[in-house]
Amino acid sequence: MEYVTAFVVGGLICVIGQLLMDLTSLTPAHVMSILVVAGAILDGVGLYEPLIDFAGAGATVPITSFGNALVHGALAEAERNGIIGIITGIFEVTSAGISAAIIFGFLSALLFRPKG
Amino acid sequence: MKVPQTSDALRQQRLRIERYQQRVKEVKPKPPVARNGVKAFLVGGLICAFGQAIQNFYMYFFDFNERTAGNPTVATLIFLSAMLTGLGVYDKIGQFAGAGTAVPVTGFANSIASAAIEHRAEGYVLGVGSNMFKLAGSVIVFGVVAAFVVGLIRTLVVGMGG
Repeated sequence: MEYVTAFVVGGLICVIGQLLMDLTSLTPAHVMSILVVAGAILDGVGLYEPLIDFAGAGATVPITSFGNALVHGALAEAERNGIIGIITGIFEVTSAGISAAIIFGFLSALLFRPKG
Repeated sequence: MKVPQTSDALRQQRLRIERYQQRVKEVKPKPPVARNGVKAFLVGGLICAFGQAIQNFYMYFFDFNERTAGNPTVATLIFLSAMLTGLGVYDKIGQFAGAGTAVPVTGFANSIASAAIEHRAEGYVLGVGSNMFKLAGSVIVFGVVAAFVVGLIRTLVVGMGG
């Protein structure tokens, strides 16, 4: 069952991205930025966590969860250390994603040559 | 009496441009919105279901719970996506799936890996290092700025007893 909800919710978030690309003249970079900001705002109003509880990877795999995780790290650290925690905590949760992307991206540049 | 002449020529030119733009609008192919949507739904959904499988794997075999398993899952997906990008497979799927491969975190990794590979000929520092975030940079910048604003508002509202 959790696979079904992950599939449907994750798929629907992708459809939102596809519609933004097809129905407006926004570039993919604009659409991704909008989705990340949307994730951050949804977490700010407390709606993203319930979505993760419902959809699991359907909510954590799309890029919207990046915005959610940024806000989450900032708020957790702000709770402990006050307002400066927003700055120090922003990358706390997303560290895995950013580090992995840099490390494996670099690794792929070492291993592979451009195609075409 | 050159002034009216130039304004006349200007008007004609503007008319020509307008006609041209209208023609472009007529000729430009409209994206098959419904079909693209279905493709994005299927592929994006599959990637998320696959992510769920990885997440379950981490929860059953390692000491992760539902909240903490997200991080290693994302890292695993990013690893797979970077390798598939290097092999040229991810971009093939992307041509079919559109946002279905772009919106999941694998698309983020794909944009980083493909920029890194593409600029490798310019050297590791000036090529790979400085171009890696060419496409993904906007996501990080706007994510962080938005998170800062949202975090600030939340902290101030909570601080005022809201």
